[in-house]
Amino acid sequence: MSQPSADVRDANATDAPLQAPLGDAATSAPAEAPANVAKSIEARDLDIYYGGFHAVAGVSMTIRPNKVTALIGSSGCGKSTFLRSLNRMHELVKGAYVDGKVELDGRDIYAAGTDPVAVRRQIGMVFQQPNPFPTMSIYDNVAAGLRLNRRKIKKPELDEVVERALRGAHLWTEVKDRLDKPGSGLSGGQQQRLCIARATAVEPDVLLMDEPCSALDPIATVAIESLIAELKERFTIVIVTHNMQQAARASDYTAFFNIERSGDPGRLVEIDETQTIFSTPASPATEAYISGRFG
Amino acid sequence: MSASSWTWEDHRVLPTWAPWAAGGAGVAAGLLALLAGVALVVAVLVGAAATVVALIPWSLAVEGSRRARDRMVTLTVTGAFALAVAPLISLLYTVVSRGIDRFDGALFSESMRGVVGEGGGVQHAIVGTLVITGLATLASVPIGVMTAIYLHEYGRGGRLAKAISFFVDVMTGIPSIVAGLFAYALFALIFGPGVRLGVMGAVALSLLMIPIVVRSTEEMLRVVPHHLREAAYGLGVPKWLTIVKVVLPTAFAGIVTGVMLAIARVVGETAPLLITTGAVTSVNANPFGGRMENLAVFAYNQYSNPGVPRDPYIARAWAAALTLLLIVMVLNLVARLVSARFGVRQR
Ligand SMILES: Nc1ncnc2c1ncn2[C@@H]1O[C@H](COP(=O)(O)OP(=O)(O)OP(=O)(O)O)[C@@H](O)[C@H]1O
Ligand SMILES: [Mg+2]
Repeated sequence: MSQPSADVRDANATDAPLQAPLGDAATSAPAEAPANVAKSIEARDLDIYYGGFHAVAGVSMTIRPNKVTALIGSSGCGKSTFLRSLNRMHELVKGAYVDGKVELDGRDIYAAGTDPVAVRRQIGMVFQQPNPFPTMSIYDNVAAGLRLNRRKIKKPELDEVVERALRGAHLWTEVKDRLDKPGSGLSGGQQQRLCIARATAVEPDVLLMDEPCSALDPIATVAIESLIAELKERFTIVIVTHNMQQAARASDYTAFFNIERSGDPGRLVEIDETQTIFSTPASPATEAYISGRFG
Repeated sequence: MSASSWTWEDHRVLPTWAPWAAGGAGVAAGLLALLAGVALVVAVLVGAAATVVALIPWSLAVEGSRRARDRMVTLTVTGAFALAVAPLISLLYTVVSRGIDRFDGALFSESMRGVVGEGGGVQHAIVGTLVITGLATLASVPIGVMTAIYLHEYGRGGRLAKAISFFVDVMTGIPSIVAGLFAYALFALIFGPGVRLGVMGAVALSLLMIPIVVRSTEEMLRVVPHHLREAAYGLGVPKWLTIVKVVLPTAFAGIVTGVMLAIARVVGETAPLLITTGAVTSVNANPFGGRMENLAVFAYNQYSNPGVPRDPYIARAWAAALTLLLIVMVLNLVARLVSARFGVRQR
């Protein structure tokens, strides 16, 4: 796995001309801004519950378009919970619900009558453990989102989307000769890039990533980070990470979550530009956390 | 474990052939005992004891108590395994050796129509078994799989799901004759008493199959990792499509195995078919066209009511049993091929 950098260059070189026409081809949303302007998310007074358990309290934050926002904080403070509430994955847990608003470019995703499935089409997700579909080939994995969502899609068009997604995920050169082989036969880092390709193939507006590198070695991690830096050209990205260097390297904004006493709900302490958080944070708790004094 | 007290010389092990040698000694001792005229069971016990006596003290002397204990446990487990497969092998041997007599072309090409004494075949019974079991499978697989999907994917822990789950457990325990009587009573209500149809047998068998299919499918759905469902939801795929395109294909091999187990369980059923499909001597492939023979009932009837002379009847019964065994084996093989072809792909 020493080729990521070479791979990146290769992908960049061949990718650029492809990028323009595909934007609206793959989004089912009606006429809107050009594909490379993604959407912003606004959380307002968000309280998140697991049944009777109050997991996250009073979070208000703006997640800016075409930026990488990192969520950091000690284990159990509700980062994953908050992230999953941003595309309504949270409510898949029995008894789980939220109180408050999450707006995608001004439209409340929790408004009555909103279909969570439609929300998730616009706000995609990449998980901690690479999870390619084991019954599907590499090609089918990337095509899965489109195939399962849109009934009719022509083979040449699909080929194009798959190639573009794989190039975008810096995986194309590694897998182009074995697209029909199962995705579970790839290495962990390749699988994670496959999952990113799968998530980007449906052209969501926002990409949520929950510790996407924690199962990967340092080289694969760097590959994914450089990938994230490129993906923000097209998507708004929110990433949960336990790795301070990663937050510092890969993000534009950083949000620090904390939990005061065990049993209390997690809260957002502050959110600011990553540089500011890592140099002159407003709160002493943030300062303590990023300098490694607890958490 | 300090390094100084540990040398290679202190830790010798027996040669790899040692257990085989001990086993050989055991077999020899058992054979000698047989020659001396003791009963088979006693000879087997003698052989087992001889194996232990040959191996354990030797191991204790050379290898020490930890390995000797390990060997003792290995012997016990091996013995238990042998005990478990002995009846199976004996059964296979008996069925094959007695069934092979009449395992000829006529067995498959002829029915018992007009046959008295020698000759004849089981074509009508094979057709019946395939039609009845096939219909039962056709009915129980969709019902069973969909019930399992409801129980595991939708109803989780709800009151309805709990009630269904309870009744599935109850169904598992239904004696097969009761299933047969139920099917008979049901059809007697419609067609009047004394009715015998292939489809009645299929209904009775599907009552027995459904709970097995439900339980095994549920078990297979349970092992489909939750993160695969989440991956699909994260792509904006609706729940039902996730189940159809992601969950079921992932569980496919296991579901097929479960269905096979259910088929194997009912294909040899005799009692419920005796009262629902009856017995007949000619080929009938129409499940709605009156009586229908099947292999299990055929074997039972040939064996319990032989004509004079008895021998051809008994031979036909064994040949029918052998055919049944082969059908189950072929089905298993097919299921394996199917699940290898369409199941989760590795590499
Ligand atoms: N499915 C669930 N049911 C009930 N409580 C849950 C569930 N998932 C998480 N929680 C609780 O919600 C709180 C926040 O959990 P969450 O997983 O969001 O933390 P996190 O910040 O992502 O931690 P980590 O860094 O370890 O991943 C914890 O107290 C946790 O125990
Ligand atoms: Mg987490």
